[in-house]
Amino acid sequence: MGAGSPFAPHSAAETDAMLDILGIDDVETLFDVPDAVRFDGQFGIESGGERAVRRELSRTLGRNDELVEFLGRGHYDHYVPSIVDDLASRSEFLTSYTQYQPEIAQGFLQVLFEYQSLVVELTGLDVANCSVYDAATALGEAGRMAKRSRSTSGDRILVPEHLRSGKRAVLENYAAGPALEIESYPMEDGTVDLAALTDQADEDVVMVYAESPTVRGAIEPQLDAIGDVAETHDALYCVGTDILALALLEPPATVGADVVVGDASALGTGASYGIGLGLFATSEAYLRQVPGRLVGAAEDASGHRAFTLTLQTREQHIRRERATSNVCTNQAWLALRTAMAAAWFGPDGLIDLAESCVTSARTLADRLDEISGVRAPVDDAHHFREFPVRVDQPARAIQRDLAAEGFAVHAIDEHLLQVCVTETNAEAIDPLVGALREVCE
Amino acid sequence: MTYDQARWTADEDRYEPLLVEKRERTVEIEDSPLPADLTRDELSLPSVAEPDLARHYTRLSQMNYGIESGPFPLGSCTMKYNPSFTEDVAADPQAAVHPARTSSTVQGTLEVCHRLQDYLGRIGGMDAVSLQPPAGAAGEFAGILIAKAYHEDNGNDRNEVVIPDSAHGTNFASAAMAGYDVVSLPSDDGRVDVGALEEAVSDDTAALMLTNPNTLGLFERDIEEIAAIVHDAGGLLYYDGANLNALLGRARPGDMGFDVMHYNVHKTFATPHGGGGPGAGPIGVTDELTQYLPSPLVRKTATGFEYYDPEQTIGKVHGFYGNWPVLLRAYAYIARLGDEGLADASAKAVLNANYLASQIEYDVPYDPFHHEFVASAGEQDAADVAKRMLDHGVHPPTTKWPDIVGEALMTEPTESESRRTLDQLADAFNAVASEDEATLEHAPERTAARRIDQVAAARDPILSWQALDEQH
Repeated sequence: MGAGSPFAPHSAAETDAMLDILGIDDVETLFDVPDAVRFDGQFGIESGGERAVRRELSRTLGRNDELVEFLGRGHYDHYVPSIVDDLASRSEFLTSYTQYQPEIAQGFLQVLFEYQSLVVELTGLDVANCSVYDAATALGEAGRMAKRSRSTSGDRILVPEHLRSGKRAVLENYAAGPALEIESYPMEDGTVDLAALTDQADEDVVMVYAESPTVRGAIEPQLDAIGDVAETHDALYCVGTDILALALLEPPATVGADVVVGDASALGTGASYGIGLGLFATSEAYLRQVPGRLVGAAEDASGHRAFTLTLQTREQHIRRERATSNVCTNQAWLALRTAMAAAWFGPDGLIDLAESCVTSARTLADRLDEISGVRAPVDDAHHFREFPVRVDQPARAIQRDLAAEGFAVHAIDEHLLQVCVTETNAEAIDPLVGALREVCE
Repeated sequence: MTYDQARWTADEDRYEPLLVEKRERTVEIEDSPLPADLTRDELSLPSVAEPDLARHYTRLSQMNYGIESGPFPLGSCTMKYNPSFTEDVAADPQAAVHPARTSSTVQGTLEVCHRLQDYLGRIGGMDAVSLQPPAGAAGEFAGILIAKAYHEDNGNDRNEVVIPDSAHGTNFASAAMAGYDVVSLPSDDGRVDVGALEEAVSDDTAALMLTNPNTLGLFERDIEEIAAIVHDAGGLLYYDGANLNALLGRARPGDMGFDVMHYNVHKTFATPHGGGGPGAGPIGVTDELTQYLPSPLVRKTATGFEYYDPEQTIGKVHGFYGNWPVLLRAYAYIARLGDEGLADASAKAVLNANYLASQIEYDVPYDPFHHEFVASAGEQDAADVAKRMLDHGVHPPTTKWPDIVGEALMTEPTESESRRTLDQLADAFNAVASEDEATLEHAPERTAARRIDQVAAARDPILSWQALDEQH
């Protein structure tokens, strides 16, 4: 390959002319690096042509097994409308950055404003930011916000026993700085054990966290009562949810949620090895404690409505160690995709899709339940997309056997599988049921 | 050069209308598969047909400026060209797997992760790398948590992180998030004041966070002495990788004595900034700190690749494995450039910054700088200068920061700009330098929106179309 970066446009003559103007012979003289820490440039990384790199990567990724995934637990695969890939890829969007100069960045600012508005509509809360990294970091930010809020006090955060370990691990790290303790409360038959939670809550609790749908897909019927527990003890009430489920479920604001967190990438970004879009919404009372960027409406010198980043004094580049969060680079481009996808589906499409997540899960559970040695669902809750499946044989062995048949499922306990169904894998329900029957019988 | 940005105007009050202003629909939830007490009553959202949506987003894109529109010398952000082929790489359906797949079924993905861990280790002079942090600030947070775990393991209770006053705001915020008190370090002639550092470090020092070259583009020439002072006090040295594009192939943080670092792959390794993100902020550490890295890491086994948890892991800073499609693009970029391409990228980035600085009339008080320089707008207001530069078809520099330069214009052209483009950039700087205050205050005129009143917007925040509606 050539000697230089293919993405530096300089011809040799141009480089020489520029060096001449600087009065030097060699670009190396511009590096003011003491000899003691100089490096010889030998990383041992070979360069390749564009086609070669693409081919080689494609070959390597081809070592991934081709499995039909019935996987969820916080990361979901929904159909991404073509218009999303097409228009999100426009370079004016894709290759732009944070809108520090709003006059030249109206397009992205307006999309982010529309994204915030979408989240406001779905959650029923007053304010949504234009993203943090993922559901786990959004939860961590909520915990930190609870601690610094004047209306709450305490040193413990109560979280459900059924919580994805990765999410809990992130929360533990976000909570370590303000020295918050994370404590689990029990679940009963797939949803919150309200009596146990009530016993556990006291004045030392700064935040109560509940999910609907839960990590096991159960729709929590007692969100209102859980909110009352939080309110009784002046704790922040944080509800974790899913952007698509919100199109159908009761808006969290109506059950008393102070903060809503979750992942919004399920709309607009398909399964992508865990990349997320952290949804964060709250009520007006916490406006000045919100982490991350906010886009607001403004007016320009010609009297037209325009958009701008606003309330930036909360942020790290101004407030430094007193900022509400350290977040700078966020997930704006995923928010753009989510806004586009939601617009494409429209309210009817979103409701239909959300309803299909309930009915498909029910259909699949009924089918699996017919298999001897298999029980699904294992609780009385309504489910969204996913649910646990009890199996007589060890779950891991069944997971392995199903992989050999071309299907990926979760093994979440010794005798529990979990499966997730959306429109992208629904047509493989029959083959999955057949394979599980074969494996189990 | 001049530039007239597209400006779609609906009427005398609005530019391109909001979707909700085009058509909204309220749908009642009826015959739902769920009991009514679990569902909402209705949902009101825009309902706009695809042809109109296509036009909406196309118009909005035309009212936005990216690297492919023109030069974007935003200091500290490394807005270099994002190679198109990396988009195809990221769109490979084979890469679009679910993160809960068992290791044995995603050997290809793990192999790419393992190679990228290895590449980044070589580039930074680090012994082990975690790809998990989803942004530079998340890398800082993870790195400081690692320092904390290391000190706790050694029975040391240290509560301070020392940070030069010219550092990125995220450094202060990340240290505070990890529970540390921040000790701000004054600078001496644009660099770390070694005497002040000696005063600042103590048994309480957990780490020094440093950017090198620093935000003025200056290499911290005393880095060995700085490292010795911090290490002698029992502290660790954290490298903020925001400015790594200056040093590829010339110096490595690991060789300078840094113990922990983050890489901003969206800066150094050319992944698109996406209007604010996603980026990725992998972290590298020395052998001694490998056991604390976020969980899990990828390692090679006799038969393939597997995940494992480092012995004393700090846990996680992202729910899954970070921003995988961004990491995949970065891998492709590194593999495309190799040793020589990476070294050339830094050579041209530093050459471009020096050439551009030599062509502008504004004073550049600190040198020798590398990939970026900080000019001073002098008597002019740097924010006004930036607004006026927009009319000349270029994105302006970062303004009013770092504080050490009055009316700062922090400029980072990157290696992607040709001499011709740099000359156009210089023309823009110089045209604005000779303009009067009134012209500057009225700028910009050619952008989609005219000067926006940000103070009023913050005084009375309107953050959704619902809030706009209430106001009317």
